[in-house]
Amino acid sequence: MQQTPAVKCRGIRYSFGQTLAVAGVDLEVAAGTVFGLLGPNGAGKTTVIRMITTLLATKVGTIEVFGVDVARNKLQARRLIGYVPQQPSADKDLSVRENVTLFARLFDVPRAQRRVAVDDALESVGLLDMAGKTAAALSGGMIRRLELAQALVSAPRLLVLDEPTVGLDPGGRAAVWERIGEVKDRTGMTVLVTTHYMDEADQHCDEVALMHRGLVHGLGTPHDLKASLGPEATLDDVFLAVAGESYGSPGSFGSPGPNGRFGSGRRP
Amino acid sequence: MTSVPADLRPQAGASPAWPRRLAGLAGLLMSRVLTMCVVELQKMAHDRTELLIRAIQPALWLLIFGETFTRLRAIPTGNVPYLDYLTPGILAQSALFVAIFYGIQIIWDRDAGILARLLVTPTPRAALVAGKAFASGMRALVQAVVVLVLAALLGVRLTTNPLLLLGTAGFVVLGSAFFCCLSITIAGLVLSRERLMGIGQAITMPLFFASNALYPVGLMPDWLQALNRANPLGYEVDALRGLLIGTPAHILLDLAVLAASAVAMIGIAAALLGRLAR
Repeated sequence: MQQTPAVKCRGIRYSFGQTLAVAGVDLEVAAGTVFGLLGPNGAGKTTVIRMITTLLATKVGTIEVFGVDVARNKLQARRLIGYVPQQPSADKDLSVRENVTLFARLFDVPRAQRRVAVDDALESVGLLDMAGKTAAALSGGMIRRLELAQALVSAPRLLVLDEPTVGLDPGGRAAVWERIGEVKDRTGMTVLVTTHYMDEADQHCDEVALMHRGLVHGLGTPHDLKASLGPEATLDDVFLAVAGESYGSPGSFGSPGPNGRFGSGRRP
Repeated sequence: MTSVPADLRPQAGASPAWPRRLAGLAGLLMSRVLTMCVVELQKMAHDRTELLIRAIQPALWLLIFGETFTRLRAIPTGNVPYLDYLTPGILAQSALFVAIFYGIQIIWDRDAGILARLLVTPTPRAALVAGKAFASGMRALVQAVVVLVLAALLGVRLTTNPLLLLGTAGFVVLGSAFFCCLSITIAGLVLSRERLMGIGQAITMPLFFASNALYPVGLMPDWLQALNRANPLGYEVDALRGLLIGTPAHILLDLAVLAASAVAMIGIAAALLGRLAR
């Protein structure tokens, strides 16, 4: 029996006034995988993420999160999602523990389990010993880990991360990915991540979609996408092939195969 | 592990009966309001200096304006000393000042990504706005305690009846909730901190002066009386004066107008909240 996909988008479109940000995207994220949404700035990645998380209304097309239609059942869908937006979003006027407890309350973690859930979330990101400090006292990397703890405290089935490592030094980036990997391995949750760090996508994503100008131009495993360009190709080459026009050179990625996939299209 | 309220869980075959669903939503609303109030108290506990700074303005109104006009006897307030008469007005004013700029915090939350995250929690937008509204009431309530202590030190004869004081707290919170939602509504329309600050400053004083906070309604020209009748601050002051110093008041009418205004404004602010999230 086929497992319900974690995310299923069909024909979604979104415009900001006259600007078409998402121009008809079909996407399926298999449950239990780390899925990377890649593309240059303005490709439409964040708009897709904001539609999946119900921040933007889905007026054209459909989006389902574990079978729940996000347009019709927003609250049900949100209960399945942990979300970390692009900009640092922890409340600096609150302590580390208070920041996480706020989300435990908002996701209705029962009072009797709340403290344990908060401690577990903080421990999973290595911030339990900082619980009493105000968020303002944390470094950029620690703030990112705190936001991860906020997203994890409700034990979501889908963790959505919008550029989780942007602005972090290499050590901070490695620490964030290490925590994501640990949590994913422990809980089996699905991770949907946007990034334009191709090395991160190559190393950590089971499958990636390459977006450009509101459309998905490539979908597959990093290995398959690289192989479709040649034996020596890197994911950076694939990125440039898709987004080349944005950087002053023509794109040369060609056309996707059946089902929009390059290479074999097999799942890892 | 998250516990999903039974009424919000997907149910096979049939949709939940509407009374249960309504009760579930009411429970959700209460839970979110409580959460936002707790967060507001936590923030206040981290920064107590703000309370002291905010107490300066009402203190000046009571000490300078109140004491001077009490001696001048320029405003006829019957048997009630002017300072006593003024205190509920200043209480309402200080709550108004706290609430009317709350929209700036919402815009700040938007810029910091906090609003986006709150909007991706299982919280209806109306519950989020109501939570923020009553959280501003918490802040106003702490401010009110400072004003009342100061007034008592200046010799104002305030009620000591716990029920009347509880009623006072209720009206302060309700009034703040309305003005907070008004501020969030403006934030949803203008979308920028600077514009909201300008509009907030532009409307605060007219709201204050076009009310019975400083002088009895009977002294106002007809057009100002009409404005006072359309101004929720006037109803708040009327109730606070009745509860705190025992002047004749229309408590039920005041309660009905403030409650209805707050509910309507929560709905309007919730409808505009999405503009801030785009």
